[in-house]
Amino acid sequence: MKRIDHAIVEFKEMDEMAKRDSLVHSVNPVVKLIITIAYIFVTVSFGKYDLSGLIIMCLYPIALFEISDTSIGACFYKLRIVIPLVCAVGIFNPFLDKETLLYVGNVAVSGGVVSMFTLMLKGVFCIMASFVLVATTSFDEICAALRRLHIPGFFVTLLLLTYRYISVMMEEVSVMTDAYMLRAPGQKGVHFSAWGSFLGQLLLRSMDRAEELYSSMRLRGFNGEFIYASLDPLKGRDYAFLFASLGIIALFRFTELTAIIGQLVM
Amino acid sequence: MIEFNNVYFSYDKEHTVLDGISFKIEKGESVGLIGANGAGKSSMLKVLLGLLPHDGEISVNGIKVCKQNLAEVRRVLGFVLQNSDNQMFMPTVLDDMMFGLCNYGMSKKDAEARVDEVLEQLDLVSLKNKYNHKISGGEKRMAAIATVLAMQPEVIIMDEPSVSLDPYNRRAVINVINRLEQTKIIASHDLDMIMETCTKVMLLSGGRIVAVGTTDEILRNKKLLEENRMELPFGIAAADR
Ligand SMILES: Nc1ncnc2c1ncn2[C@@H]1O[C@H](COP(=O)(O)OP(=O)(O)OP(=O)(O)O)[C@@H](O)[C@H]1O
Ligand SMILES: [Mg+2]
Repeated sequence: MKRIDHAIVEFKEMDEMAKRDSLVHSVNPVVKLIITIAYIFVTVSFGKYDLSGLIIMCLYPIALFEISDTSIGACFYKLRIVIPLVCAVGIFNPFLDKETLLYVGNVAVSGGVVSMFTLMLKGVFCIMASFVLVATTSFDEICAALRRLHIPGFFVTLLLLTYRYISVMMEEVSVMTDAYMLRAPGQKGVHFSAWGSFLGQLLLRSMDRAEELYSSMRLRGFNGEFIYASLDPLKGRDYAFLFASLGIIALFRFTELTAIIGQLVM
Repeated sequence: MIEFNNVYFSYDKEHTVLDGISFKIEKGESVGLIGANGAGKSSMLKVLLGLLPHDGEISVNGIKVCKQNLAEVRRVLGFVLQNSDNQMFMPTVLDDMMFGLCNYGMSKKDAEARVDEVLEQLDLVSLKNKYNHKISGGEKRMAAIATVLAMQPEVIIMDEPSVSLDPYNRRAVINVINRLEQTKIIASHDLDMIMETCTKVMLLSGGRIVAVGTTDEILRNKKLLEENRMELPFGIAAADR
């Protein structure tokens, strides 16, 4: 299969993942959205040298991966392009902050190195949490949940259309590279002299298609509200899941769990 | 039921796509819309649905097609797009069929019951839980038709419904169309299908309606068809031989 076709399949697999059945899948999307946002805020709020405190935060997404039967490997595989970028954010810290912060055995570790790892982990943890959300909730439900949290309809519709546009655009790339390759045998990729027209065509074609797709939504009664993905009111177990999760996240944040576990082990 | 009165439309200033179109379609009629490539069939349908702007007057059930009334007008009209890929945007066929029904206020349970009913009618039950990116072009087209039928619109508008269907499914679509009691407008190059499904035909050329008449009058008129870059339907040509 061509690389782009592979990418399309991978992208659409997210929809399939969201359609499975598990405890996490059945939780109300609004709850999952709130928890994910809370998790991200809390994770980001750790101090830049608080590596030991931060590490424990990985337990929460990992638990969700387990309960929802989502593979962590799949997460890292699908996001293989994004994760290095996230990790690159703190890459210069070791050069900027050279003061020794602690010793591991006899090796002095500078503040910069610690803060680099802290930043990387924050990024990776947040990505993991977002991935679980998307792997257990359909995109339309996430949009409906955003609306429920009073995010303006305009933004949410834009988000939804962007999401749909990605696959439309990938499909057009696939069709166009097929058409190109059939008439340019023996070439590896699109020759750079054709890049300009290729890109221009791609934009025009995918815009046309996206517009028609949006028309088709409007023709069937879509008006910026996600009625078709309508969410049930929160039930007892949704509240239970919400408070339990928020409780665990708070526990991780405000108690020195790592230290306590460390002492116990000693 | 549907009335065009001197309707004009153009994508750009240089050439007009719809050049003063007037006609009336009564409730319950099935009208075939034929014409060469680029004659303006798709554009005319989109203008009717309010997807493209227009000059002149269009009314559906006495409601004027204009920005304020679009929701009301579109409730009446069900449109099967020429390209089913653009019609089927939800993950699965079921999701897609529920989309419109729920938007118009049906409960999920009722909507699913309706979906089952329609799929049963079209003999498509096996498609129900399939992912849209995993079904063939023809299956997608059948599913797209099903999504529109599920909404039970008063008027069904189809742009090239038989394209990319195998003979079996083409026959299935023809049978479905013939069973529907609603008003129908079908744009197609498949004149044999038009012959079987429509009672009235409008011939479009260069943005004008050059002929309107009963199916027999128009589709048996070899000269008229050939002047407009078409041929006698195969069924008729074969019978004449
Ligand atoms: N998006 C567009 N922008 C500019 N011109 C367009 C656009 N879409 C169609 N046209 C032009 O409008 C005219 C009518 O096109 P339309 O798609 O309505 O034809 P059609 O009768 O449906 O043809 P076909 O049988 O090929 O589907 C054509 O001359 C075409 O070039
Ligand atoms: Mg057309």
